[in-house]
Amino acid sequence: MESFTNRKKVVSDKPMTFIEKLYLPSIFSGMMITMKHILTRKKTIKYPEEIRVFAPVYRGQHVLKRDEEGRENCTACGLCAVACPAEAITMVADERKRGEENLYREEKYASTYEINMLRCIFCGLCEEACPKEAIFLTDRIVPTEFERANFIYGKDKLVESMEDRIDISLRQNTGKRGAI
Amino acid sequence: MIKVTIDNIEVEVEPGTTILNAARQIGGEVVPPAMCYYSKLPGTGGKCRTCLVEVAAGSTADPRPMPKLVASCSTNVMDGMIVKNKTSEKVHENRGGVVEFLLANHPLDCPVCDQAGECHLQDLSYEHGAQKSRFEEEKRTFDPIDIGHTIKLHMNRCILCYRCVHVANNLTENRVHGVLNRGEHAEISTYIENAIENDFSGNMIDVCPVGALTDKTFRFKSRVWFLKPMEAECSCTKCSGKAVLWMFGNEVYRVTARKDTYGEVEDIEGKPGWICNECRFEKKDTAKWNVTGPRVVDRHSVISQGKYETKIDSPTKNIE
Repeated sequence: MESFTNRKKVVSDKPMTFIEKLYLPSIFSGMMITMKHILTRKKTIKYPEEIRVFAPVYRGQHVLKRDEEGRENCTACGLCAVACPAEAITMVADERKRGEENLYREEKYASTYEINMLRCIFCGLCEEACPKEAIFLTDRIVPTEFERANFIYGKDKLVESMEDRIDISLRQNTGKRGAI
Repeated sequence: MIKVTIDNIEVEVEPGTTILNAARQIGGEVVPPAMCYYSKLPGTGGKCRTCLVEVAAGSTADPRPMPKLVASCSTNVMDGMIVKNKTSEKVHENRGGVVEFLLANHPLDCPVCDQAGECHLQDLSYEHGAQKSRFEEEKRTFDPIDIGHTIKLHMNRCILCYRCVHVANNLTENRVHGVLNRGEHAEISTYIENAIENDFSGNMIDVCPVGALTDKTFRFKSRVWFLKPMEAECSCTKCSGKAVLWMFGNEVYRVTARKDTYGEVEDIEGKPGWICNECRFEKKDTAKWNVTGPRVVDRHSVISQGKYETKIDSPTKNIE
């Protein structure tokens, strides 16, 4: 029968020769491979002391941005949630009351906004769908937790604070959307 | 019966039919879009200019082409007329211009607007509009007004199609709202902010092609693509009682009339299926409705996100 692959090998059970019975050449060639790897540069790093540099457009934990005046950009339009292939995003919208103009940029805002970090696959489609430049992925890693419920990030963890703003200018300048 | 050719497709229609309605008898891609014409409301049409088509030959008697593009919603067909819609480069170019004019004063606040996802202006500008606006002047702005306790008017978004005015003219006895002022300053308004209180006033939400008139009881509650439209009926003395429930789980978020592919209310037992305000605003409970099945949504619509494409037929249907 014709072989389906070119990797087929015929197994033989002929007795080993004297040199093969000594095993020394095989041991020596094996040790050579080991020695070669001892001398090459290490692939691993000692993590907590040493941190590997991320790509500038690494897709890690999300941030909900505020504008220059500290107002939340998000208007709860739901495009991130409908774009999300993992269905990780949920939100509830609310109407801005009089006197809250310094908190929210548009007349509608997200009163709750939750991302399930266990569901999220960090594909970045939410960021691409966002018409208001509100959600961005950052180069921060989602920390480990002991409870599953703690992985559902609400607005308290997602919205940036004005004192400690998160720079996303590198992700912004990829020139992917024409602002209206 | 007279013969008319639209985009190389021949169709026989009654004399007195408009080009738009002749195209709707063919259906599909040859139908010009219409923002102001509404077949269920007599008197509408001829305002928005989105349905402009090219007439390549007027009739068999006089086969000269018409010099300009004509509004298909208000031009009657003639025997042997040859109409170009999709096949005409001129029409496509002009429609882009019309969309640009319609968007000149439109705020483009789709992320906030409740109509987004089922907005005709959104569909139209997606198909014909430019990526960027050339309009640099300041857009006219109005404050949102409450018309009664159930309807919100965002005059910013209005394209002055006059459909809602015709709803008031045709469905009710005493008209209490209309268009004030002219030209740039024209606006839909009530007489000194009168509340509109009659049983069928809610239908002006359904006829509005943009998000100018929206349901206050549904305002900012959800987005249409998260909701599942279900066909339902109830016994109502005022209207047909046949409506669409927009549901999220077992909760009814809003109730609308049943709309066909052109965004117009469907005929129910030979009459347009307008629904009354009680059905629309007050019966937001599945116990008050008999839910008959899912509503078929166009596959290309954002509303069909994560939903079944067609009704599931009974498995025994094809066995005989």
